[in-house]
Amino acid sequence: MSAPSSTTTQTPRQLTWQRRQAAAVRTWAEFRRHKSGLFGLGVLTVFAMLAVLAPLITDRSGLSVTQSTGGVLEAPSSEFWLGTDQSGRSVLTLLIWGGRISLLVGLLATAISMLIGTVIGLASGHFKGWFGAALFRLTEWFLVIPFLPLAIVLQAVLGASLANLIFVIGVTSWPGTALLIRSQTLSIEERPYLERARVLGAGNWHQMTRHVLPNVMPMVFANTTLTVAIAILSETTLSFLGLGDPLRVSWGSMLDDAFAAGAITTGAWWFLIPPGVAVILVVLSFTLIGQALEEIFNPRLRERS
Amino acid sequence: MNASTTATNPNTASDTRALLEASRLQVTFTARGRPPARGVDGVNLAIGQGEIVALVGESGCGKTTLARSLVGLEPPSDGEVRFEGETLGTSTKDLRRYRRRVQLVLQDPTGALNPRHSVYDSVAEGLRIHGVVSSRGGEDRSETQLVAHALSQAGLRPPERIFLNYPHELSGGQRQRVVIAGALALQPELIIADEPVSSLDASIRGEILALLLKLRDDLGLSLLVVTHDLGLAWNIADRIAVMYLGRVVEMGTAEEVLQRPKHPYTKALLSVVPEMDELEPQVLRGEIPDPSRIPRGCRFHPRCPALADGEAERAGVAGDCLATSPDVLPAAGPHAAACHLHP
Amino acid sequence: MSALLEIQDLSVTYRTREDDLPAVRGVDLTVNAGESVGLAGESGCGKSTLASTILRLQPPSAEVTGAILVEGEDVLTLGWGELRALRWAGASMVFQGALHSMNPVQRVGDQIAEPITLHDSSVSARDAASRVEELLDQVGLRSATARSYPHHLSGGQRQRVMIAMALACRPRLIIADEPTTALDVMVQAQVLALLADLVNELQVGLLLISHDLSVLGTTCDRAVVMYAGRVIEQGAAFDLFARPRHPYTTALAAAFPRVGNHAARYAPAGLPGDPPDPRDLPSGCTFHPRCARAVDACSGHDPRLLSIDDGERAVACIRVTQEVPV
Repeated sequence: MSAPSSTTTQTPRQLTWQRRQAAAVRTWAEFRRHKSGLFGLGVLTVFAMLAVLAPLITDRSGLSVTQSTGGVLEAPSSEFWLGTDQSGRSVLTLLIWGGRISLLVGLLATAISMLIGTVIGLASGHFKGWFGAALFRLTEWFLVIPFLPLAIVLQAVLGASLANLIFVIGVTSWPGTALLIRSQTLSIEERPYLERARVLGAGNWHQMTRHVLPNVMPMVFANTTLTVAIAILSETTLSFLGLGDPLRVSWGSMLDDAFAAGAITTGAWWFLIPPGVAVILVVLSFTLIGQALEEIFNPRLRERS
Repeated sequence: MNASTTATNPNTASDTRALLEASRLQVTFTARGRPPARGVDGVNLAIGQGEIVALVGESGCGKTTLARSLVGLEPPSDGEVRFEGETLGTSTKDLRRYRRRVQLVLQDPTGALNPRHSVYDSVAEGLRIHGVVSSRGGEDRSETQLVAHALSQAGLRPPERIFLNYPHELSGGQRQRVVIAGALALQPELIIADEPVSSLDASIRGEILALLLKLRDDLGLSLLVVTHDLGLAWNIADRIAVMYLGRVVEMGTAEEVLQRPKHPYTKALLSVVPEMDELEPQVLRGEIPDPSRIPRGCRFHPRCPALADGEAERAGVAGDCLATSPDVLPAAGPHAAACHLHP
Repeated sequence: MSALLEIQDLSVTYRTREDDLPAVRGVDLTVNAGESVGLAGESGCGKSTLASTILRLQPPSAEVTGAILVEGEDVLTLGWGELRALRWAGASMVFQGALHSMNPVQRVGDQIAEPITLHDSSVSARDAASRVEELLDQVGLRSATARSYPHHLSGGQRQRVMIAMALACRPRLIIADEPTTALDVMVQAQVLALLADLVNELQVGLLLISHDLSVLGTTCDRAVVMYAGRVIEQGAAFDLFARPRHPYTTALAAAFPRVGNHAARYAPAGLPGDPPDPRDLPSGCTFHPRCARAVDACSGHDPRLLSIDDGERAVACIRVTQEVPV
């Protein structure tokens, strides 16, 4: 028995907090051992910093078509590190600002998706009988809705805006999360400590929030990072197809513009490649982080239960 | 141990104010495409105040199903469960009240505790669910005090030292004590323990069993111990009910059932217990039949040694064995067996 | 006759990043053909490590010293090919937890036949099938069982299948690791009777591992009790159970009370404390913190296993053997 002696000054809750902090430190130490995860985290940090600091390091006027100072599709030079686009704007400025949109949409859409997916996944796994079954059917139904046609239809109906874009991506990606959470919930529901909670008199809310959710959270966490990657790819796709917000620059819209401006035929690689590479790097880093997290959390789940 | 805790139990008289009683209880499981399985097929069982009853049987006999329906986890298909004379409701509200008076200790202490909850959280869980902050009897106590009290009642002293441990840091015996403390925190009057020591190391079983006895002696707690271990029943039970395929086939005090068994199944079980060298081992052939295909007549007759070696024939009851099922035994009363040969 | 299995001064230590965990510390054990030897002990005593080391199934992090002679050859120094030949055809194992030891998506008959075809690729499918039928019959199962999947069978049936698998290649030595622990008392009796019959008929050597001393007392010829990686008592099985000498054995035997013994009525007997943590073994006699008969000398001296009663029994306890600590 290796308990730290407590009582005197701190309440059990305070000490539990300390334990949680210690656990977080341990997780970080273990994460540091995954080189790939660290790489992903590093890359992501760079992009995040650029996105956050965009107003400080670049001039917002650089996005305005009317105020552009460069020539059309100029190659990279000392003035414009990544050259210019068809309107003479600095591609580098576009890239940095475009990153803000891509990341924002990715994160917000993921937040929506995780929220809906977790709630529905938990509920459909926990409630036996018609309610759980109905939620499951709902999940399956949404799962088979094809992403692109829905996006097109919704954009046509609701109009092309950032909010709608976030909505569309969120609404089509939650089923994957829900199914994952549901299967985890089902396996946790079988565990004896759930039965003990019921015997103690726990209602549904208590069972789901105090027992199922905490045990499902690690998986949710790991899945979130992967979902962000998918959301960013989705945004890029939709923007590339012209379904994004026409007033905002994102990596997808840059690709679209590059195509429209004939960047391939004119050989303006500085316009085409940077946004593509940026998307790849960000998606890759989220994926690597997600994989590292899964490795960290899964063996613990196995050894604890 | 102490001679004052006599071997005679206080409640053999049939007038008894049974604390918890099952009356003609039936629990049937229906699965799609398969015939219904009668897990509990007509059981009368009574547990009196401060009494320890052992429910003995092999896996598949229905003892765990019976225990779960007594604690309200499994609604009966027929018959009823009565606590202090009142029938158990099925609504969540009724069951909530019931939970404060009857608790369950599960088989595997490792699985029974949420690995992410500290000992303190696990024991306090029941208190938090029911919003208990002060105990009955007027004295105002905080949650911490109640948790500490429950842990020390379960033999973990000083309780504060273990508050912050997690289950994987504890030994099997300690975990079981934590589970018991969790049940005690609600100050129940009756605890149903399902195989309380079967997953623990042999040398620490005695401690946990001694704890259960102490709880009965000190707190007047009643216990229903579900087990397949006859030695355990001998150790701590006042009365024993032997189950086979959903029915109680023999009931009486521990001395009566284990030293003067009536039912051929009980005799066979006793004979193969390795510690019993007085009886000739009677290893029954085959295994307990599927509860969806209960044999006609006496449900034990296909494996009954008394029928197979002609003893039943000689007594003239062989026909009954094949055709009629013996009556369901009463909940309490003198030593009896559900057998045509040795009723 | 030379011993079928002879373990000489075996020590197994698990090396982890933080610690060294001594699981087995200097154990000697012998099993002869046609003899069943029981190995008793609780979790952490090293009995499962010992069992898996006999077939060199211990994890790679384990460091092994000593010798394990199966029919005179040291398993620990065998080459890979010889080891493969030994495994299952020389010595086989019946594992604990039959449901988890079998492949859930393969029919039982195929699983029993697997070692047969692995050891002799010339065996035809028809010959393998008839051998499977023979084995099922030997363990008291119908031949139709071969077509079932593991989850169709009951606990007792699964355990019989495990025994059939262990017999597949006609081994001379069978190691049964807690074969009846999860089973009911009636099914346990059936399985133990089966094992006893097989030992008699086939004259194999059986090492039966269990925490239930009463099972060993009634089924085995000799018994060995382990605690914290050491042998602390050994002798004739029933005698050991009925008249234990070491305080630990006494406690272990008392944990399974005799029905009808009035001294056990309302008096469950147990040991205080917990089985020792291999990372932190007590000094001297590892049992002394929990021992009712411990004296001061016990914490400073690790008792040797010495013979008493004209060599019929061996005990490692200075209170019993009157060993004088140096």
